[in-house]
Amino acid sequence: MSEKFTARIWVLGDDIDTDIIIPTEYLALKTVEDMKPYAFSPLRPELAGQIQPGDMIVAGKNFGCGSSREQAPEIIKALGIRCVIAKSFARIFFRNSINNGLLLIENGELGDVVEEGKLAEVTPGEKVVYEGKEYEIASLPENLMEILRAGGLVKAMRRRNGLDA
Amino acid sequence: MGHTIIEKIIGNNVGHEVKPGDIVTVNVDRVMIHDIFIPFVAKKFEEMGFSRLWDPDKVVLIYDHLVPASQVDDTRHFREGNAFVEKYGMKNIHRADGICHQLMTEAGYVKPGNIAFGTDSHTTTYGCVGAFSSGIGYTEMAGILGTGELWVRVPETIKVTVDGKLPANVTSKDIILRLIGDLTAAGATYKALEFAGSAIEEMSVASRMTIANMAIEAGAKCALFTPDEKTAEYCEIELTDKERDLVGDADAVYVREIHYQAEDLVPVLACPPQVDNIKPVKDLEGTEIDQVFIGSCTNGRLEDLQAAAEILKDKKVAPFVKLIVTPASVKIYNQALEDGTIETLVKAGAIVTHPGCGLCCGRTGGILTDHERVVATNNRNFLGRMGTSKVEIFLASPKTAAACAAAGKIVEA
Repeated sequence: MSEKFTARIWVLGDDIDTDIIIPTEYLALKTVEDMKPYAFSPLRPELAGQIQPGDMIVAGKNFGCGSSREQAPEIIKALGIRCVIAKSFARIFFRNSINNGLLLIENGELGDVVEEGKLAEVTPGEKVVYEGKEYEIASLPENLMEILRAGGLVKAMRRRNGLDA
Repeated sequence: MGHTIIEKIIGNNVGHEVKPGDIVTVNVDRVMIHDIFIPFVAKKFEEMGFSRLWDPDKVVLIYDHLVPASQVDDTRHFREGNAFVEKYGMKNIHRADGICHQLMTEAGYVKPGNIAFGTDSHTTTYGCVGAFSSGIGYTEMAGILGTGELWVRVPETIKVTVDGKLPANVTSKDIILRLIGDLTAAGATYKALEFAGSAIEEMSVASRMTIANMAIEAGAKCALFTPDEKTAEYCEIELTDKERDLVGDADAVYVREIHYQAEDLVPVLACPPQVDNIKPVKDLEGTEIDQVFIGSCTNGRLEDLQAAAEILKDKKVAPFVKLIVTPASVKIYNQALEDGTIETLVKAGAIVTHPGCGLCCGRTGGILTDHERVVATNNRNFLGRMGTSKVEIFLASPKTAAACAAAGKIVEA
C-alpha cells in the first residue's frame, strides 16, 4: 500500500454523487464490467471511455455522496483508477471504498490547483507531489489499514474463516 | 459529563461509556437488505466463506425498488433473493408490501435504542423511533450476516432544536429541507443529528420519519429523536427507563447547535440539481411544471396522502400535468382506501400506483425527458434520477406538491 506511483489526473467538482458515478437505471446490470461504460455518464458521458488504467481522480468536497451503492467504488476501481483525491468523502462511499481496496486520499488543496491531464506523484500515507510542490496527506486509522492490507473486507473475512492464510 | 443520544445508544450496546472519535465494534440488532443488492450480498457472503447467518431472525429482506419488475433482468433479483432465504432459513421477507424504510418500523423490526444497518442510504429513517440506523454497502452487510458485528466510529452530534408551532402550509419536510440548505449537502458528514424542541415533540412519528430519512442528504450518519409516548404507541410497546433516557443530557457536548422558531419557517423547495439548493416556494411562484410525484420513503405515508387530498378535494389536477401518487406501503394504501383519501385523489385526476419506491428511483412509470419539470416529495433531485440528466426535479412537501398539481405551476399551499 505504501509504494509511490505517478498518475494522470481527471478533475471533477464538488458533490459528485453516486447517481453520477453510476445511474440507478444501470444498477441492475449483471456485472460491474457491464456497468463500467456508464460511469459518470450524467455529467460526462465520454469520461468512462477516456480513463486509462493507472489514472487518478481529483475532486472537490463530498465525493461519493448519495446512495449506498457499492458499485460506485467498484466501478471506479474497475476503470483502473489508482486513487481518488478529494477535499472530503461521503461516509458510506468512504467505507465501501476501503472494503473494496480503493485508495482514498483527503486533501483540501489539490482540488483547487490541479489541471486535468497533468501528472502527480502519490506516496500513500505521506504526500502528493504536483508541479514540484509537496502536499501532505494523512494516513488512515489502523483498523482500516488492516482491511486495506488484506486487500478488502472479503479477503479479511476469508482469513477470519480460515480459508486463506 | 453528559452524553448525546448516539453516545448513549452505542454505550448501552458495547457496555461501556463512549465518546466521539472512539472506534468500537457494535452488536447489530437488525439488518435490512433490499432487492437491488441481495444478489451482491449473497455473492460476497459466500465468497467470505460463511455457511450460516449469525441470526436469521435479525435479517430482513424487502423487495421494493424493482416491484413490479420493469426491466427484463429484474426478476433475477427476486429469484436469487428467494434462493438465499430458503438456503439460510430466513423468515422475514416482504415481496410486495411496500418500501423497505417504511416497513422496518411499521412491521416492528426496529425499536427504540436498537442498532440497525441497511444496504440503502436512507436507512437513517429509523432514527424516528430513537434507533441508531445507517446505510452500508453490500460487502459490509455480508460481513454482518456472518458475524453480527460492525465497527463504527462514535460520531460527534449536531443538535437541532425547533420550538413553536408550524404555520399551516409548513411541514416537517420544509424543516429538513431548510436544515439541509443551512448545513449544506456535506455539512453533517460523519456526524449524528439530534432533534429536540416543542415543535418536534408535537410532531407525529410519520413526520419525524421524513426528517430522519433525509438526514443523509446533509451527509449525516444518523438522525435521532427521543422516544416518547407517540413512539411507544407507534411501536406498540411500553417504554422502558433505558429507552426514556435516550435524550441528550443538558451537559452533553455538541459540535454545533442550531435553533429554529417554527413560526418563522416557510414552505421551501430543493431546486435542481442539488438537495441543498433551497429556495422559498414564493421565489419560484409561477414556474410551469409537467408532473408532480407524491410518494417515497420520505413522504408516502397516510398523513402525506391525506394532506394532498385535503388540498385537492373538489379540485382537478391542471391539464397537461400528471400527478403520480405512490403509497409507501400496502398498509398505508389500505388505510387511504378506507378513509376515502384515495377516492379524493383519483377524482382530482391523480394516477395512483402500487406501493413501492416507484418514480423516486427512476425505475417505474413517470420518467421525464430534457427540460421537463417535476415537483416531487421524495429525497433526491440528482441529475438523471427521474429520466434524462436534464430533467428538473424540485423537492417539496406533500402540501406544496398537491397545490402545484392543481395550479399546474409552482405555488404555495
